[in-house]
Amino acid sequence: MVDDTRSIPHADLLEVRGLTKVFGQLKACDRIDLTIAKGEIHALLGENGAGKSTLVKMLFGSLEPAAGEIRWKGKPVRIASPGEARRLGIGMVFQHFSLFEALTAAENIALSLDRDTPIGDIAQRARQVSAAYGLPLDPGALVGDLSVGERQRIEIIRCLLQEPELIILDEPTSVLTPQEADKLFETLERLRGEGKSILYISHRLEEVKRMCDRATVLRHGKVVGHCDPRGETAASLARMMVGTEVLQVVRQAPEGGATREPVLEIRGLTRRPAGPFSVPLRGISLTVRAGEVIGVAGVAGNGQGEFFEAVSGEALQDDAGMVRIRGKDVGRTGISARRLLGAAFVPEERLGHGAVPTMTLSDNLLLSRYRTDAKAFLAAAGVVRSGVVAAASKRVVEAMDVRKSAENPEAAALSGGNLQKFIIGRELDRQPALMIVNQPTWGVDAGAAARIRQALIDLARAGSAVLVISQDLDELFEISDAIAVMHDGTMSPPLPRAEATYEKVGLLMGGAEPGHFEHAHAGAA
Amino acid sequence: MRLELVKRPQRSMLFSALSPFIAFVLTAAAGAIMFALLGYNPVKALGTYISPLTEVWQLHELAIKAAPLILIAVGLSVCYRANIWNIGAEGQFIIGGVVGSIVPVLYPTYESWLLLPLMMVMGMIGGAAYASIPPLLKVRFNTNEILTSLMLVYIAENVLDWLVRGPWRDPNGYNFPQTAQFNDYAILPAIASSSGRAHIGFIFALVAAVLMWFLMKRMLKGFEVRVMGASPRAGRFAGFSHGKMVFFAFMVSGALTGLAGISEVSGTINQLQPVISPGYGFTAIIVAFLGRLNPLGIVAAGLVLALTYLGGEAVQTALGLSDKVARVFQGMLLFFVLGCDTLIHYRIRLIGAKAEPAAAQPAARLEEAH
Repeated sequence: MVDDTRSIPHADLLEVRGLTKVFGQLKACDRIDLTIAKGEIHALLGENGAGKSTLVKMLFGSLEPAAGEIRWKGKPVRIASPGEARRLGIGMVFQHFSLFEALTAAENIALSLDRDTPIGDIAQRARQVSAAYGLPLDPGALVGDLSVGERQRIEIIRCLLQEPELIILDEPTSVLTPQEADKLFETLERLRGEGKSILYISHRLEEVKRMCDRATVLRHGKVVGHCDPRGETAASLARMMVGTEVLQVVRQAPEGGATREPVLEIRGLTRRPAGPFSVPLRGISLTVRAGEVIGVAGVAGNGQGEFFEAVSGEALQDDAGMVRIRGKDVGRTGISARRLLGAAFVPEERLGHGAVPTMTLSDNLLLSRYRTDAKAFLAAAGVVRSGVVAAASKRVVEAMDVRKSAENPEAAALSGGNLQKFIIGRELDRQPALMIVNQPTWGVDAGAAARIRQALIDLARAGSAVLVISQDLDELFEISDAIAVMHDGTMSPPLPRAEATYEKVGLLMGGAEPGHFEHAHAGAA
Repeated sequence: MRLELVKRPQRSMLFSALSPFIAFVLTAAAGAIMFALLGYNPVKALGTYISPLTEVWQLHELAIKAAPLILIAVGLSVCYRANIWNIGAEGQFIIGGVVGSIVPVLYPTYESWLLLPLMMVMGMIGGAAYASIPPLLKVRFNTNEILTSLMLVYIAENVLDWLVRGPWRDPNGYNFPQTAQFNDYAILPAIASSSGRAHIGFIFALVAAVLMWFLMKRMLKGFEVRVMGASPRAGRFAGFSHGKMVFFAFMVSGALTGLAGISEVSGTINQLQPVISPGYGFTAIIVAFLGRLNPLGIVAAGLVLALTYLGGEAVQTALGLSDKVARVFQGMLLFFVLGCDTLIHYRIRLIGAKAEPAAAQPAARLEEAH
């Protein structure tokens, strides 16, 4: 059956007609039409909850459509499982990797192949593919030792080894440095040159404009337009996605400079590695003053998670003076005491760290605020005033425009961007004096990301200190007043926004000594 | 050819509610098959098994058996909700009975209305103290609480055995391994002494279930238990301590189990013997899960499991079957409860020896890549 379809030449590789998927009351996908030609890079654009993931899951056989037709090379097909999608020639690289850290790259690839191929052959083929497509990778390397960009290469090579004709990429650049993203684009160009088709899901409009031949835009489960992204501007694409003008993030420089009150002071923060794959922190010092946004850049896995845990108080310090919040030494006190001093924290992982997946939104509001808002939320003897908590939760939902399908759904039922808006809104609702956010807009679409960034800037301008840890350089340049860079557990002094350039920050991310580029610059000038 | 469990995209609310009842029906059906294979008329044997429900004095016996099961299971539900595995309730029950009996055994002539409350409090303290050993070992040495709490059961059994054969043996008891009978001030009063011998231990159980339901549903502490059970990392982010939660869960459970132990000794047995529990501490694990870890559900489940004990005695006396029939029924009930619960969350998929069968696949499935 599979061979029959392959032998018939057809210009359109994949054709989708009237594809519909309903969850309860919600039409996640409503009569979607989409055609992907052979040898094109086709962008799929849309806000969170627009139905991109649902559509892609139907194409990859993880979900069954309620109605509609999928034609593969002109023939109607029913894709009932991911295995069947692979046999047809559809491969997918997920946004969240599914790799075992304790195994090597080749072993991880072997796990996904059906056949009992010897590991040596797999390593050999992986090496060939990696050379052919410019995806440098050592098949014998332990995944736990690899950077996020390298891990993504494993996923891509794993996908390519199955020789797909259509490759679906879900937000592939959201975890890459600019240099890594450029390398990925070269690979995609090469694949297109070989006549392979790519369905590219992204919210970064600039890269869609730069790479993609055609775009399909989804909004509220419906196709709102097909276009040639090269003929559009980023603003016009965003308008199609959101339906209205996207809010432009506005940032004015803060006033007062070094005279403003320091809210967070970190002095010589050092931490031993907590586990085999965690990074030690080495002598980090940083001051965040009232009214300013400090950005922390860095390639993933250089100690950002460990730094966040140390500053939040989830992990205590050896010396109380290592972390000071509003003039108080808090190195030996836990997260609740730091919150009581006015600090608020948003961790990188939404499900299972910032929120309990199986609990409702109002329970998840209580999660981080039962101490700071004890007077409002708790009656005598620790009885929870569930009405008050529910009202606060509703307030957050309205303030941040959180879209949800039920009155008080479980956290896991929200899309990533909407849950992130809720978690950030939960902290903003307290009007914290200090806000520390790790990856505020990871995997969040343009509309929601702009809203979150503006909220962080507004919080700083209202007099709070804001520390943002992010791997998204565009984001940091958009909102920060100064940018520090983490590399291998150390942190550079913050570069004021006026002096910071992509080049300087990029060098520091690669591990150059602070001051090194000053010399380089001086030499060049 | 192999079986695979595939997660269902959403679980059916209807079947979640029906699951315990389906488990009963399946247990009864399997029991009928077992009776038939043993050569008895299955209808008559099952009728004998549930005959205790037809007489008032037997209902009193049901309450006597249900009281410890409910008390223990309510405590265990806190542990299991927090994802902490206390398997040693049997030992905490025995130590609760022993510590609660210190005053009536050592001062048999002490007669006061204060005696019963004192015994109950001491029983709770004894159970809680004994239950604090596994968390101490876990937090200090990272031992597995399942193993340590289970091993402590055998220590407790031997401590009781030693006491009633040695230092606490009744000097006027013709060398039987048991303590002297307690005086009247040390015996829990009956609920309605005219119709049967059920004592107020059953009231303790009902009160404990309602209080625990309120704690878990409405109070911050219950919220903490649920958070720590569902997502320990989010719990740490909330500022909850895992170590303290392990102590809390074990000690609440130990105190309630200790109360069950001294209530049983004081209200039902009236003295200490080498064996004071027909496995209540283990059966209560079934009760906790049959009651879906909900204290109110546990009351119903406790009554059902109490019936398996009485029914076992009934078929033993009426039909001459082994009293192990009760254990068989308890085992089948747990098996079917867990089976039904699993099938609510997952469905079974047959995977052929070759590749997966093409095309004719049902709708829902787990994404293979995840």
